[in-house]
Amino acid sequence: MKLSKVLIGIAIISSLVMAKENNKISIEGSTTVLPIAQIAAEEYMMANPDVDITVRGGGSGVGIASLIEGTCDIADASRSMKDKEMKTAVNKGVNPVAHVVAMDGIAVVIHPSNKLKEISKEQLKAIYTGKYSNWSKLGGAKKKIIVISRDSASGTYEAFSKLTLGGERVRPDALLSASNRAVVTTVENTPGAIGYVGLGYITEKVKAIDVDGIQCTKESILSGEYPLSRPLFMYTNGNPRGQVKTFLDFVKSKEGQKLVEESGYVGLK
Amino acid sequence: MRRIFCRASTNTMKFKTENIIKSVFGLLAFSSLLFLLGIIVILFKEGLPVFKYVKLFEFIGGKFWYPTYDPPAFGILPLILGTFWVTIGAMLIAVPLGIGSALYLHEIAGYRERAFLKPIIELLAGIPSIVYGFFGMVILAPFLQRLLHIPIGLCLFTASFILGIMAVPTVSSLAEDALDYVPESFREASFALGANRWQTLVKVVIPAAGSGISTAIILGVSRIVGETMTVLMVAGGAAVIPKSLFEPVRPMTANIAAEMGEAVVGSAHYHALFGIGLILFLITLIFNMIAEMIGRRYRLKLGHGR
Repeated sequence: MKLSKVLIGIAIISSLVMAKENNKISIEGSTTVLPIAQIAAEEYMMANPDVDITVRGGGSGVGIASLIEGTCDIADASRSMKDKEMKTAVNKGVNPVAHVVAMDGIAVVIHPSNKLKEISKEQLKAIYTGKYSNWSKLGGAKKKIIVISRDSASGTYEAFSKLTLGGERVRPDALLSASNRAVVTTVENTPGAIGYVGLGYITEKVKAIDVDGIQCTKESILSGEYPLSRPLFMYTNGNPRGQVKTFLDFVKSKEGQKLVEESGYVGLK
Repeated sequence: MRRIFCRASTNTMKFKTENIIKSVFGLLAFSSLLFLLGIIVILFKEGLPVFKYVKLFEFIGGKFWYPTYDPPAFGILPLILGTFWVTIGAMLIAVPLGIGSALYLHEIAGYRERAFLKPIIELLAGIPSIVYGFFGMVILAPFLQRLLHIPIGLCLFTASFILGIMAVPTVSSLAEDALDYVPESFREASFALGANRWQTLVKVVIPAAGSGISTAIILGVSRIVGETMTVLMVAGGAAVIPKSLFEPVRPMTANIAAEMGEAVVGSAHYHALFGIGLILFLITLIFNMIAEMIGRRYRLKLGHGR
């Protein structure tokens, strides 16, 4: 009797494993895209219980490398592929196809009591690299600028630094907050503060200012007009087929884009 | 023949169950040793590779922490000093409050006051650290910022203040235990010699409990050094060497908590975070060893044996 139970167990497990073998999707890459991939995967698996999706972070570079090595089906990336990566891919017979799944926009926020209405990218860079330390440099009151940044491993930080700092280091005395929410709370309570957050995190208690004369809105981010915006990608090897294709279609669908908005990014629809 | 066998078997049964219970409890007791060993092995295994990327001196003495840049900078001196100053500040609050309340509770307070105060102090220990952090971030920091006209409320001072309050129950209850160890005969002898309550307290009880109280302080330090969530939320998080009380700092624990989730496994950054963990571990280990040594000596001195 015992033996038969064991045999049945083995049969069930192996059938499960075999069934899932064809319905496995592995996603790897950018931590910025990670929340989108994660929530989309959860929803997708809820609707299709026989599909098994694994989602891992690691960074855009790691994801793309895995795609080239063939160890993942979808590579998340918060930037387009570098020429070098493209060359390696072609040499290995991999044909990366980019799918834009969302737009990422970063708003610059200050305390509402601050009179400043707009800032240029150069001024932002000067503040964040330590050249400007007083609001009087920007025509404001004589007050110390409290610079708030994100932890240097976060995706928002990565995007901000790429879009404004051009590889230069953030001043060492910048406050490094652990989340978008923490940045907003600190700016709300600190008259001299400046910070940056994803569009979805702006509250009434902080003031989002224009960058290079362009307001941070969903539309200006979608059109790419707003300077601190960028597309977020999912890369596949060749045109997607089977489950990978249905999953990507789901992410790009109206339903999927709603999840994108829930994760704090700008949906394409 | 059978009867004898039976009796023997009940005896062995008894012996067996006793042995089983013994080994089960022994296993439970040793399991924590196992966990500790596992943690140490992992800390060394994952932490030591950081020295492939930086030299020990550059790691501990470096002033810049830019783990994700190219080339990265792995200098944790600002983080070590952040932890150091926050701890000093917190102890300035926790020691007088903790020891003062222990002295009051144990030596002066009447039964009813003790029954009322002791659970309250113990309740402080039960509040989750994230609640302290939230309180500090949303209420205390903005309040201090307006009150003292400082640029930002999330700073060394706020972090020290909150951590100090958090360590009060640890220091207080351990110091009370130390006072408990002082034999009643010491007090009686002092009173018999005509000393009043104050003199007895200052000249007899406190010196007798001295090393126990220092153990309480050292364990309080360990508690503060290891505290993570609160400092992550209220210390500000700037990896600079603080020049004043009102500058933001980034203690080691906060740094690990903030960055571990997004560090690529196996990268230099990942190993550097484990390296910080290793140093933290060594610091608390040393403190706990000192506390244990002092505690043992003092129990012998008071004639309690080991």
